[in-house]
This record gives sequence, structure tokens and C-alpha cells, in this order.
Amino acid sequence: MPIKVLIPTPLRPYAGNQSIIEVNAQTVGEALTALVAQHPDLRRHLFSEDGKLSSFVNVYLNDEDIRYLSKDATPVKETDTIAIVPSVAGGR
Amino acid sequence: MALKIPAALLDQLRRHGEQTYPYECCGVLVGEFDSAGRKTVKAVVPCGNTRTDSPQNRYHIDPSELVRIQREAMLAGSDIAGFYHSHPDHPAQWSVTDLAEAHWTGCSYVITSVENGRAVLTNSFQLQDQVKDKDFENEVIEVSN
Repeated sequence: MPIKVLIPTPLRPYAGNQSIIEVNAQTVGEALTALVAQHPDLRRHLFSEDGKLSSFVNVYLNDEDIRYLSKDATPVKETDTIAIVPSVAGGR
Repeated sequence: MALKIPAALLDQLRRHGEQTYPYECCGVLVGEFDSAGRKTVKAVVPCGNTRTDSPQNRYHIDPSELVRIQREAMLAGSDIAGFYHSHPDHPAQWSVTDLAEAHWTGCSYVITSVENGRAVLTNSFQLQDQVKDKDFENEVIEVSN
């Protein structure tokens, strides 16, 4: 089913400068796979070399962190929105 | 590169650093990018610092806050244009930790030095995506009325 993925500003240059991309998927993992298939340049910004989601990349299904759901296997509905948000941290 | 920000919003983020002193403050800059990548700040959104283990020299914004802010900004036709935090009793210069933890390429990272509870200098740096390593580039802050 089609599902919307919100692309954060730093990743848009690797996603055809789009802020919202629709992909066909039944799970969050399928959605991310479809997203990277459409826009291969996104891969190095989302996944580490071993193919796992980078530690600084947060993926939310609506308002829930997928790490606290079923991770990649989290099922999606057509009304859901996936948001990708790189982490924001630092300090002196 | 340049970051345009109304004086009232610049004052708001500087005051935030004074309010949380001696701890670091943090927040999000919501705004617009023009075709050349210059940013204009439309709103400053203060966030909580989740680094309660070391708030005097570290900050971290809860990603669930980022998701909410990103969604509301996009609905309003804006975007996340950058972030701000304070350096209590430390220069307004990015640190090794700031660079290591920065992932929003093209966005502004605004840092205010707060000395003895008073905001002193505010500088902005844009995160650049170099071929192999990211880097911060100094950025002019253009203050408007």
C-alpha cells in the first residue's frame, strides 16, 4: 500500500529535493528499502556499511520510535506517516 | 553562507541560554531556504535538554520533539533550518563533540557563549557535507528588525 515518508532537509539533495516521498510497503523496513531503491544516494546517509540503520538516524512511525515498536517489521497502514530525523546533539 | 534572523528571535535564543545557565540550552530554528541555500528564521522553538547526566557540557534534543517540530513546520510551509545551543562559560565556537554529533547538512548550528549567566557572543556555523568528512563553515548572522 502507498505510505508517505517525510524527508528531512539534509537528505533532500539525495532524494530528488523532495520533502515527501510515497512508497509501497507493508512494513517500515519495506518502506525504507523502497525509498533507497528509488533514491540510491540515500543509502549511505541512512544505513551503515553492514546494512543496519545508522545509530544517529531515528525513524518514527507517526509519533512512535520504531525501536520501541517492532523495528523494521513494524506494520504500516495507508494513513501512517514515516518520519526520518537525524539526531541533534553536541556540547562544548 | 548567511543566516537571517529577526532581532527578537535572536534575543529569544540568547535568553534561553541565560535561563538554563549553568546548563546548556538547545532548540530548533524553523525557517525557509532560498534557492541559494540561505536561511531565514521564522520561529525559534526551545527544546528540553535530555542530557541530564551532563547538562553543563552536553545537549541532546529528544527526537520525538524533532518529529513534531518537523511535521508542524512542513504543514506551515517551512522547514527545520537549524539548531541552537549554548556554551556555558565557554567560547561560542563549535567543539569536536558538536561536529561529531552534527548530521543536518546544510543547516545552521548557532552557538551562544554564556558567561556568568549572561549571553555574550552568538555565532553560526553551517554543516557542510564534504566528500569524505563533514565540516562546519563560519556563517554570517544577518539580524533584521
